[in-house]
Amino acid sequence: MKFLSNFVFRLGLWCAAMALAVSAHAAVHPDTLVGFAGDFSGRIAAIEALGAEGGDDARRILDALEAGNLGVIDNRVLIVEGDTVLDAASGEAVTDILASEVDTLTVNNRIRRALSSARAALILISGSQPERLAAANTLGESASPTLLPLFERALAAEEDASVRAVLIRAAARVNLTDPDPTLRRKAAQDLGSVTDPAVRNLLAALVGKTGEGSAATWAEPDASVREAAAESLRAIDRRITLAQSTGTIFTGLSLGSILLLAALGLAITYGVMGVINMAHGELLMVGAYATFVVQGLFRTYLPNWIDAYVIVALPVAFTIAALVGVVMERLVLRHLYGRPLESLLATWGLSLVLIQAARVIFGPQNLELANPTWMSGGIDLGAGVVLPFNRIVIIFFAGFVLLLLWMMMQKTRLGMFVRAVTQNRAMAGCVGVPTARVDTLAFAIGSGVAGLGGVALSQIANVGPAMGQGYIVDAFMVVVLGGVGQLAGAVWAALGLGVVSKFLEGWAGAVIAKILVLLFIIIFIQKRPQGIFALKGRFADD
Amino acid sequence: MHSRRHFIKALVLSASIAAIGAPLGAHAADTIKVGILHSLSGTMAISETALKNTALLAIEEINANGGVLGKQLEPVVVDPASDWPLFSEKARQLISQDKVAVVFGCWTSVSRKSVNPVFKELNGLLFYPVQYEGEELEKNVFYTGAAPNQQAIPAVEYLLSEEGGAAKRFVLLGTDYVYPRTTNKILRAFLHAKGVKNEDIYEEYTPFGHSDYQTIIANIKKFAAAGKKTAVVSTINGDSNVPFYKELGNAGLKATDVPVVAFSVGEEELRGVDTKPLIGHLAAWNYFESLKNPTNDAFIAKYKDWAKKNGVPNADSVVTNDPMEATYVGINLWKQAVEKAGTTDTDKVIAALSGQTFKAPSGFTLTLDKTNHHLHKPVFIGEVRADGQFDVVWKTKAPIRAQPWSPYIAGNESKQGL
Repeated sequence: MKFLSNFVFRLGLWCAAMALAVSAHAAVHPDTLVGFAGDFSGRIAAIEALGAEGGDDARRILDALEAGNLGVIDNRVLIVEGDTVLDAASGEAVTDILASEVDTLTVNNRIRRALSSARAALILISGSQPERLAAANTLGESASPTLLPLFERALAAEEDASVRAVLIRAAARVNLTDPDPTLRRKAAQDLGSVTDPAVRNLLAALVGKTGEGSAATWAEPDASVREAAAESLRAIDRRITLAQSTGTIFTGLSLGSILLLAALGLAITYGVMGVINMAHGELLMVGAYATFVVQGLFRTYLPNWIDAYVIVALPVAFTIAALVGVVMERLVLRHLYGRPLESLLATWGLSLVLIQAARVIFGPQNLELANPTWMSGGIDLGAGVVLPFNRIVIIFFAGFVLLLLWMMMQKTRLGMFVRAVTQNRAMAGCVGVPTARVDTLAFAIGSGVAGLGGVALSQIANVGPAMGQGYIVDAFMVVVLGGVGQLAGAVWAALGLGVVSKFLEGWAGAVIAKILVLLFIIIFIQKRPQGIFALKGRFADD
Repeated sequence: MHSRRHFIKALVLSASIAAIGAPLGAHAADTIKVGILHSLSGTMAISETALKNTALLAIEEINANGGVLGKQLEPVVVDPASDWPLFSEKARQLISQDKVAVVFGCWTSVSRKSVNPVFKELNGLLFYPVQYEGEELEKNVFYTGAAPNQQAIPAVEYLLSEEGGAAKRFVLLGTDYVYPRTTNKILRAFLHAKGVKNEDIYEEYTPFGHSDYQTIIANIKKFAAAGKKTAVVSTINGDSNVPFYKELGNAGLKATDVPVVAFSVGEEELRGVDTKPLIGHLAAWNYFESLKNPTNDAFIAKYKDWAKKNGVPNADSVVTNDPMEATYVGINLWKQAVEKAGTTDTDKVIAALSGQTFKAPSGFTLTLDKTNHHLHKPVFIGEVRADGQFDVVWKTKAPIRAQPWSPYIAGNESKQGL
């Protein structure tokens, strides 16, 4: 050990001498960087030292390390920028080493964690308000006694209320183990306003006893501190329960909205024309692939507008899926009306054709669709519950599509025709409704809506040739459960299935939940074959 | 409904492939036929298509260098369409009808289990290129992928180590079938041996093709909030990985907080994912495309050329991965053994294979074990980079001998060689 510290000291001297030779006034003291030449623990010590030292130069070195541009040769710490090599300590160019000779340091999770704390420590004092808030949150999660002086220094300078609140809680976490009971009580009270399960566990440990039987003693000797902790604990538990139940309902709604988007188009085509369209899932796939193509065009021609690609993809996907639907209807289904078994087989064949076409054109592997920045991330409810933006957007989008469809069905002449044909095809034809044209249009709209569903799915699920196969069963489940020919039925069935299966999943696991949901549907259909909502009328179920 | 659909799809596809394959069989005599048994349609097509391509590349390369025993190799490609019973039918057809000397194929353990009896009955020869759960040793099968002690165990050891984050609690998450169940059984026993208690292990399975991981991610977060350092070991297979990793990114579960190490996610699977939110998550393999050595550089260049020349879709972005490397190594080992034996007779080739060595793209010279039909392989642990490749953060110094019968499963002590 003695030898090692001696060695490190000498190394430091040598590095210092080297740095001095290059530049008279080193920006970062070279001793700070010695650790980078050592093992992982040495590197982490160096990162922490840089974080404590602060300043733009420290930040520059940490940035280089994170980007994988920091290297060490013969105990010299170097930054590689393109073809030039800089001395890390002084920031001056090094001429005797080529960029290609520098083997850069590997960054693993341990280093990355140390980096984010060090960077947060740097920003906490000098960054902008949102930066300081993020930094305080990062440091608060791993609050350790060594950080307490930093928190206190930051609190003294901080004026923004939200950042102060986070800092006070972070300091409180450390103070919870302070020898002074007044400090501990204050800390326990301060922590009442967090929603972090980790803090909850800290407080829960305080109010409990340690040891066995009669020898057990309170973990916290001071009764007033225990009382404060218990009160904070109750407040935290309330908020955690609230956040977690909100989370469960949200995941259910989210699954429901996806089921709804997958099933809405089918509710129209199946409802109106009675065609069991096995290729419906592939229309979702067409919509998702259209989104992929639009993303590709944006990446090539409008890289600055890439965040808008999903919006542009909506009309494109609708049009392409609707066109595919029209072609399917005109070429195949038209000739098979009134023969459900044949049309089932024919659409099955069409689905295989579409899958294979996608495989030939785009290849068999899944495609990568990146969420636009405004759909990435989420709202943090605390307690580990995050509501992702992409799911929130999809829930609203499902509502929007539903509204459009409802308006179309209730407020337009076409919608009236469609409803008339749904209720009684022969009679509608008799009073002059062009049933053949209504069929084509309804099929086009149903297919187009499936295309829109495909755009939404592309943001959260796999995009591949066989993606539609996974949704066809679910979509039929929703339509049959809701009642044929009913938009309202589809909505209730989709949301109900979503919430129920998420509730079951949390309780029994994904595999059992799937089985239970299918069993439930079988029983339900036996008891009530017409679905939740049935069409009323004399000719409704001929 | 679903399986019937698969069946019809399989029928249509196999009929069309048989039609393409027929004229190839016409000229034979002085060629050696080699069977390729990988799904080119269905759920596994994503992964297995690349293996068929690699096999064809290796055969083309061997032919260009003069073939084997002076004869050219003639590939016979069949498509078992991700349909497990069809695997055994196609295997039977390859051996008894096409008279192939050797078969390279299978990905999922269930497909291997369904062809094993066929190879045994007809005394064929199969090279299986994918990491698997062990607990098997067939005379007619050579395993060029990893056994659990060459992938799963070292990865968990890394997570337990200081460098890997010193994890104390583990989530074992997998798809519900034989490979994840067996691997997690082995890992649970291993963790017990390392002092991890049952209440610190959370095991969860999802069906094949599961696409909604919200609840599971929420459960992982809840489990991780208990205060001890938590890590996730994922044996999720196939398509489900994309929604899983997307949800992981969206839920803000960062690798620095809860690292996820995966055994079935490689370069090919990450092609469908935006990897920026996933930086730092881990995978354990015996090969990564990002390994820097001349053999690997040549291998990657050859594959990219081949993909361009043969019109593989998206040929400019193709990647190489571990099972592809294992396929390539397997074909070359077979070639060496045939040359040593001087014949393609199954029993003589099996005898000649023991102890064969090959300089693999992983940068190591791999040896086929003398008794257990597995390769001695190096283990690499990589962290996901922003470009979908992996940075190697840990590796073994030398190749490790496979233990197909895990010592962590009771009753395996007596089972060793064949």
